[in-house]
Amino acid sequence: MKVLLALGLIPLAVCAQDVQKVLQRDFQPRGQATMDRVVQDGVQRVCTESNDRPPAELAKQLEADQLKSIPFPQGSLMGDWKNGERIAQNGRGGQWTDAPGAAGGGSCYNCHQLSPQEASFGTLGPSLLRFGATRGNSPDMQRYVYGKIYNAKAYNLCSQMPRLGYSGTLTPEQIKDLVALLLDPSSPVNK
Amino acid sequence: MKRFLAGCLLAVALPLAAQDTRKEIQKYQQMIADGSPVELFELEGETLWKKPQGPSNVSLEKCDLGLGPGVLKGAYARLPRYFKDADRVMDLETRLLHCMTTLQRRSREDATKRVFGNENQPSEMEYLSAYVSAQSRGMKMAAGNSHAKEKEAFELGKAMFFHRAGGWDMSCASCHGEEGKRIRMQDLPVLSKPEFARPIVATWPAYRVSNSQFKTMQWRINDCYRQMRYPEPKFASDATIALTTYLAVTAAGEPYRGPGTKR
Ligand code: HEC
Ligand code: HEC
Repeated sequence: MKVLLALGLIPLAVCAQDVQKVLQRDFQPRGQATMDRVVQDGVQRVCTESNDRPPAELAKQLEADQLKSIPFPQGSLMGDWKNGERIAQNGRGGQWTDAPGAAGGGSCYNCHQLSPQEASFGTLGPSLLRFGATRGNSPDMQRYVYGKIYNAKAYNLCSQMPRLGYSGTLTPEQIKDLVALLLDPSSPVNK
Repeated sequence: MKRFLAGCLLAVALPLAAQDTRKEIQKYQQMIADGSPVELFELEGETLWKKPQGPSNVSLEKCDLGLGPGVLKGAYARLPRYFKDADRVMDLETRLLHCMTTLQRRSREDATKRVFGNENQPSEMEYLSAYVSAQSRGMKMAAGNSHAKEKEAFELGKAMFFHRAGGWDMSCASCHGEEGKRIRMQDLPVLSKPEFARPIVATWPAYRVSNSQFKTMQWRINDCYRQMRYPEPKFASDATIALTTYLAVTAAGEPYRGPGTKR
């Protein structure tokens, strides 16, 4: 908060701390959706207080912290695109209606176009059609896509894309399968 | 009949390309608008409104929704609003609950046992909200926005709308913040802008064709928070009323056209 004021950002009429107190009072835990989820972390706080336009210096610093949170696996990051397609289709995971411990999905089609066969895709995020065909699939590109899915905020602090690995929604194996869906030349995304 | 409607929608929608699907859904909504089951919900709601219940064995006919005991015409269009007897801003569902616990002297536990129904068994709250809201048809939406507590609710609701938290770092604006966006095939109205909020707020509560259920605004907010990976908002809590106040005040001026029929 002090940082924000120092940078000349105007706080909202009701500040984030007040809202958090209201959420703690007026929400209840249900299933796996526990109350710790309404406690904002630094990224959520800064993005709320800056209306998703964080000061550049602060954003850079926090993105670097987020990048450090990503445990990149050793070896190849390319899994099986066929599994990846199923994970991209699946919109479950982390909700109070989902079975705790059951494998979650990535909800990718909720927000992105991926395989051309799937006509029911959302537009909150950019189209990823032909992603690997245009961007290549070098080890650096694999690392970027793995990292982006694990923690989207490491590359764009106030991204509307969830931190799917960091939040525990997806496992490292699942993320590798999604990397393949985006980058494998035989994936329908790149046909 | 409910089964038939849902099955029919899927059968037309699936084989078509994205754009066509949307058009088909619109056409389909038009088609069923005449035969929409909303009227059945209004009728059942009237029966429940007039049915003596609770320890005092009285009906809700003396319930004051803001325009005086038993006055239904135009009452919904003025909600949420501040109620002096409860010293609180209340939306429709909260006020109905208030009347159940005061007039009928039912326990809060009893009255909130089943606030959201399902396809086979809608809830009392859903029936009642259909009956009450229908009697504001054609009236301009004008939620309370002058009392200090009404203004406070609006400001809290607005801050909540843009507040990012939960398992997926989301605020309402994550999905309802930019024009022309979709989740899968579902259009996402920018609810912070009057021109988009107006037609939405003026058609809730609503019958949802996709799951053959009649739904209240309390449910809508609850279900969006589920998708946002938050814990669950408590029914009729100040937080939910604040959000509804923010949406309703933003949507002020639109003639009420509900209960609506939705995707
Ligand atoms: C709730 C919305 C949402 C979901 C769910 C989502 N994304 Fe995103 N994604 C976005 C947005 C918005 C952006 C653009 C802003 C940014 O780059 O952070 C984005 C950006 C990306 C990018 C970077 C594109 C580029 O040009 O570099 C990749 C890769 C990506 N998403 C992959 C995925 C995959 C794979 C999934 C599923 C596991 C997924 N996303 C789920 C919203 C979402
Ligand atoms: C993860 C995405 C997401 C977030 C975040 C979200 N919503 Fe929604 N919301 C949706 C979707 C999808 C629909 C449309 C569902 C449908 O078509 O049946 C919707 C529909 C609605 C509607 C009804 C629109 C209509 O057409 O009648 C309202 C009102 C609403 N949301 C309010 C909210 C509020 C308030 C919040 C924050 C507490 C919120 N939403 C957060 C995805 C979201």
